[in-house]
Amino acid sequence: MATVSPGFKGRRRVPSAALPPGQYLVEDFPVLSAGPTPRIDRGEWELTVTTETGERHRWDWAAFRTLPTEPVTVDIHCVTKWSKLGTVWEGVSLDVLLDNVETSASFALVDSYGGYTTNLPLEDLLGGKAWIAFRYGGEELAPEHGGPARLLVPHLYFWKSAKWVHGVRLLDRDEPGFWEGLGYHNYGDPWREQRYWGD
Amino acid sequence: MTGSNMWTDGNALAGPLHDVFGLDVTAAIGRCGGCGRTGPMAELRVFDRAPGVVARCPNCDQVLLRLVRGPGRAWLDLRGLTYLQLPVPAESGQPVSSTL
Amino acid sequence: MARAAVLGRLTWRAGQVLAVRDETPTARTLILDIPGWPGHLPGQHVDVRLTAEDGYQAQRSYSIASSPDGSRLELTVQRLDDGEVSPYLTELLRPGDPLELRGPIGGWFVWHPGDATPVLLVAGGSGVVPLMAMVRTRVASSSPTPMRLLYSTRAPDTVLYRDELRGIAEREPELRVELVYTRQAPVGWSGPVGRLDAARLATLAWPPAAAPACLVCGPTGFVEAVANLLVDQGHAPGQIKTERFGPSGT
Repeated sequence: MATVSPGFKGRRRVPSAALPPGQYLVEDFPVLSAGPTPRIDRGEWELTVTTETGERHRWDWAAFRTLPTEPVTVDIHCVTKWSKLGTVWEGVSLDVLLDNVETSASFALVDSYGGYTTNLPLEDLLGGKAWIAFRYGGEELAPEHGGPARLLVPHLYFWKSAKWVHGVRLLDRDEPGFWEGLGYHNYGDPWREQRYWGD
Repeated sequence: MTGSNMWTDGNALAGPLHDVFGLDVTAAIGRCGGCGRTGPMAELRVFDRAPGVVARCPNCDQVLLRLVRGPGRAWLDLRGLTYLQLPVPAESGQPVSSTL
Repeated sequence: MARAAVLGRLTWRAGQVLAVRDETPTARTLILDIPGWPGHLPGQHVDVRLTAEDGYQAQRSYSIASSPDGSRLELTVQRLDDGEVSPYLTELLRPGDPLELRGPIGGWFVWHPGDATPVLLVAGGSGVVPLMAMVRTRVASSSPTPMRLLYSTRAPDTVLYRDELRGIAEREPELRVELVYTRQAPVGWSGPVGRLDAARLATLAWPPAAAPACLVCGPTGFVEAVANLLVDQGHAPGQIKTERFGPSGT
């Protein structure tokens, strides 16, 4: 049992019934990263969806920005225990992105510029649950927060909301991503506190 | 080469790896499986503001080491290293080599 | 024989604050008693862990400032305005309070007192803390090792350990201390004011022919610049060890 440090309060945080178990509310927006921030020129940016049959659907930035977008206000929860409520984004729903994509795959593996990957069931990308977000807090998404565009899947722990999104592969078999392959829970539901393998 | 200020140096591996191995590993020599660069773990670029600790080659950015610490257990991936050379007590009769 | 590779898992130790000493308006030394402290090498650090009443914990690493001295340990903490831990350690922690820490940690950026190789220490700002542990250990162990400390800092009121360093430089043969003021020098200073550059480094440092062990500590930009200068001047890269005080936690 750790000794309490008299008078220590720590960063302003509020545990709340509105939060998943074990989470704290924070006021800033912590930046976590497994690697250097990639600098991606919008002129070279591409997003590719690859189906289980190898069929590719590709958008460059101009094409991506012709897709209908929507404002998104959601709560986000990081496995390192911080949460932010009511974060405001603008993005393209994965329902829109995958609208003309023919697939019978059950799983998705999302990859980022810089090599990061994360996996999730395809159904967790659909039904209004996920976006490719390119604006945050009313401004262009900053590089350290994943700009030009990132995946936003707020109902799962935030490591699944891959920054600098580059591709989505649709797969018949689940393939663990960067953290899922090294101890982090394969699914990652914050409300069931699924942080690590076996949780 | 990255210009990013998100990383610190491999001395930051000392605590997490001592936790796992029971000894200091920052003076150990590692060879990058990507570019072959060889040097002490203390010289790696460490990203530890993350769900886990990631150490990358200072020459080619390849991930050399990943560590996740969960309650009561830790997971360590060293696949990015071709080898790790650690100092161990010399057996009697063996000359002690100090070369890489 | 306190070799760097201390075997055995790190355990959290309950220590107590014996006293505090303000070094500058923003830096404070904590003098701690850590029963059972196994000793350390200068250059090693400790992890300090704070626990709030609701169980929330924050942990940071701090270089040990003192030479080995039984169960007594000193840490010098720089207060960062937006820090989470340093304001507590520099403003709220009082003598008699508990402090949890573990260590010693680190086996690379260290100096072994028995090592006779000349040592060049180059400090940027609060990077002087682990190097001061090396200076103090050399003095306490009566080591004859030639040692030179180049300490780069902004102004007279940011100098840590100023009186002690002056005293050491006066008393100890073969131990030289050079201050480099980058913004403002003390009254009566006749030397240059400004960043440590190639010319000053060449004047103040050991020549490469002496093959000194070089230990450089400070902010990332400082460390990279100095390490590059040392290599440019002919010091072998393998002789240069660096420790960056990076962005990992404040």
